[in-house]
Formats: sequence, structure tokens, C-alpha cells
Amino acid sequence: MDSKSPLTLESFYRFCSQRKLTGARCGSCRSILVPPRALCPKCGSTDIQWTELKGTGKLLTYSVVHVAPTAFQSLVPYAVGIVLLTEGARLPGIIRANLKDLRIGLDLKIDFEPPQSENWPSWARYYFVGVDSP
Amino acid sequence: MKGRPLASIVGAGLSKFGKLEGKYSREIFLEAAREAFGGCSNFDPKRDPKALFVGQMSESFEHQTHVAPSLADWVGLLPIPATRIEAACASSGAALRCAVFAVASGMYDVVAVGGVEKMTHRVTSDVTEYLAMASDFPMEQWHGITFPAMFGLMATAHMHKYGTTEEQMAMVAVKNHHHGCLNPKAQMQREITVKQVMESRPIAWPLKLLDCSLISDGASCLVITKPDLAKRFTDTPVDIVGTGQASETIGLYERDDITFMEVARLAAEQAYEMANKRPSDIDVAEVHDCFTIAEIVAYEDLGFCAPGEGGKFIEEGETCLGGRIPVNMSGGLKAKGHPVGATGAAQACEIYLQLTGQAGQRQVEDASVGLTHNIGGSGSTGVVHILRRRG
Repeated sequence: MDSKSPLTLESFYRFCSQRKLTGARCGSCRSILVPPRALCPKCGSTDIQWTELKGTGKLLTYSVVHVAPTAFQSLVPYAVGIVLLTEGARLPGIIRANLKDLRIGLDLKIDFEPPQSENWPSWARYYFVGVDSP
Repeated sequence: MKGRPLASIVGAGLSKFGKLEGKYSREIFLEAAREAFGGCSNFDPKRDPKALFVGQMSESFEHQTHVAPSLADWVGLLPIPATRIEAACASSGAALRCAVFAVASGMYDVVAVGGVEKMTHRVTSDVTEYLAMASDFPMEQWHGITFPAMFGLMATAHMHKYGTTEEQMAMVAVKNHHHGCLNPKAQMQREITVKQVMESRPIAWPLKLLDCSLISDGASCLVITKPDLAKRFTDTPVDIVGTGQASETIGLYERDDITFMEVARLAAEQAYEMANKRPSDIDVAEVHDCFTIAEIVAYEDLGFCAPGEGGKFIEEGETCLGGRIPVNMSGGLKAKGHPVGATGAAQACEIYLQLTGQAGQRQVEDASVGLTHNIGGSGSTGVVHILRRRG
């Protein structure tokens, strides 16, 4: 990981296209910021450094989408959720799991779609699968 | 100075809410403005209002930005300053605050405020996409998290933490449809049952079609004056005695706990403090029931009941007409309709009617203090107003 990359959404998704989940750590209050930012919203510090994340976590809450915008209509019904990452930050995303297996507390890991482009708005998407998925 | 009137409502108007085929938003806004101006005696639109503030959420529906001057033009208010305020579904709640600031500062004696949205000419997938634009693009929209899904995520969390049930959420829809039947302006004039809600098709589980507010066309308009000038325009002014607003992360996922809305708690705290009122003083409230779970969360955030008890509160009928604190007598966003930009000021229109005894069949007896609760996005903006009858 290039630690000199600017602390931007563009960089966050560029790392996703390299199959890496990255965040930033505030040097002052130690908060993990995902996606990264140049200013810590918790303490106001600008002492922020990149940090690579494990990409594992637990499902905090979920919903099953049946009516979707055009770009997602081929996927319905699909689950979305908010995941509490092992490092403590939260990340939303699609949960590719059997709908009947969904439950709060489910152990998940991140995976990545093949990148379409590095440019806005065709970022490389991440998604979550059960930890036991191959 | 607590409890001092900040500004007064002397006229309130609403267009019909629903599918207003063949009408453009500026034409719909004219319906609301004519009713607001017409109900205000000695009011001259060419002489009195010195500014217009209008809430409108999205330029996508009519492919039109810069709507405020056109709305001012269509209702005969040129050349006064006209400004659009955008705070997603809280746009006209935020616009109402601007109107309060405008007169409370001493800058103007009289201003007009309102909101409008024209939505029903678009296909549902387009509407879904435009509404989702009020959530975070990089982290939410990009991952297929629709607007109903944001509230689905909140509902799942609330059910898990407090044991709130899908049936309790359905009861909110049943109540608001019942109230809507008593409001001639409401889009839905049809009673529904808990069974019908439970059996309606899923939109974003646990939310079903009948848990969701409507796709609507509609407009709202209010005439706001300095309190000491109000009697010039009406014998029955309603004073705005408290106003509050707060902001939160645009991303729902960034919040530690999504079983409540911090913005609503903070906005309510400011408004109660300013008005010198407590939750138990509120006789009637219009709250932001964009989805049934949002009304349950609103009861808790506004202090009508304790956190986690919102489900029980609706189940026990506390918020029905005749209950301890009737909520959404207009039918709410669920049955009156939710033309998003019009909603915040429309809530104040309903409270104005309630506090002046003009609410007809849905009148809450002897209501003297009312509250509006208007939420933008998934709770990134919250606006609360407290209104009080004169005398």
C-alpha cells in the first residue's frame, strides 16, 4: 500500500480495485476512519495515516431490497447491511449470503468485484460474504 | 424570554396532495399559495411579503434547478427575493426556519414560505433513484442501498434491540390511513388493516409497501409575520415559539446507534427549551413518518415515550385521535402524501388548522400547543418547530 496516497474516496476505491480494504487511523484519538478523511470528525486532528484493514467483521443490521434502482434490478432480492469491522469502524455494503441465513452478529469477510474503472463513478465495489464462503 | 413568540403564522394553504396529472410544480404551488394568501385578510401579495423561501428536494423530477424565482413569478410575488432551500425531505422545514429568522431578526415584517414537489410523472425506478440521492453516494447509493433500505436497516436494529414488531409498525400505517380518511386534501382516502400491511409486497424487508409513504405531487404555503403585526392579517394567528435544527453524518452507517435519530433529539431539545415546553405539553404533533418505523422512532426521540417503547405506544393507541397525544392527524406522509419538498411546511399547515379549530372531522379538541418534526434523508437533518395558539 502506498502510504503517500491522498486521503480521499478515490484512493479508497483505487485500493479496492487492488483487492485491499483500507482505512485511516487518527494519530490523536486513534479512531479508525473508513473511508479515509484528512480531518478526524471525532477530535479534529489532521494527523491521519493510512492503515490496512483485515476486512472481517460482524453484521450489525440488515435489510432485503426488493425494489431497486435500475443498476441493481438484476440482483433483487438482495441483502444490504452495516458491518462492524474487527478494527471497530462500520462499513455498509451488499451481503452476498443466503437470505435465510441472515442474522445480526453473522461473521462476514470482504471480497471485491473485478474493477470496472478507476474513475468516478465506476469505482471497484466491495461486498461481504459469510466467513465460511470459499 | 423563553416562550416568547418568534414569528406568527397568519395564513396557511395546501394544494390537494396526490397524483396531480398535467400540473407542473409551479402550478401546484399556486394552488397552495392562493389558499394561504386568500385566508389572510388585508393581505396584498404585491405589497406585504418581502421574501419567499421555498423547499424543494430534487431538480431531477422536472429537470429544473433555480425554481424559486419561477415559483415567486407564478404566484405573483416578483420581484421579491426568492430562495430555494434544500435539505432533502426536510427542505421546507428548513425553509420555515429561514422565514422565522427573517422576521425574528427584524429584517422583514412579512414573508412567504412553502414547498413543492412534483413526482408522480416519473416511473418508480426513477423516483427510487432520485430519492436515494439524499443518501451518501460513495458508500450507500453505490452499494445499492435504497432509501427504504436505510429505514429497513433502522427497523431491523430497532426490532433486535427493543423487540419492536412488524405488526406494531403496521399499526402506524393503519392509524395514519384512518386519519387520512378524515382529511379531504389527503392522497389516500382508504382504511387499511394490519393484515393488509403485513401481506403487502416487500420493498426493503422488514418494510413492506404499506409501511412506505407515498409518491406524491403537492405544495404547501404559509404567510409568516412578526408577532406584533399578526392581528393585522387574522384574528387567529398561531405563534411559532420554538425552533430547532441539527445535522448528522450523511452516511447512516457512520452512526454508533441507529435505533434513534440524534438530529431529532437535538432539534427537539432546542425547540422545547426555546418554547419553555415539555413533551407532555404537546396536544397534537405532525411527525415525519416517511416509513412506519420512523414514526415509532419519532415518538421516542421527541420524548413522547421512553426509548424502546414506541412500538408499545402505538399499540396502546396513545397517538390516535382521542389518545394521549394524537400524531399525524393529517394522515402524515403515509396517507396525506409525501411530496418531499412540501412536507415540512405542510406539517405546519396542519398544526395551524388544528390550533385554530379548522381541522374539521379530524380536529383535536381544544389543542393549544402543537409540534412538527421533519427529517431529511436518513436523519442527516432534523427540524422541529413548536407552535402555540394565541390567547
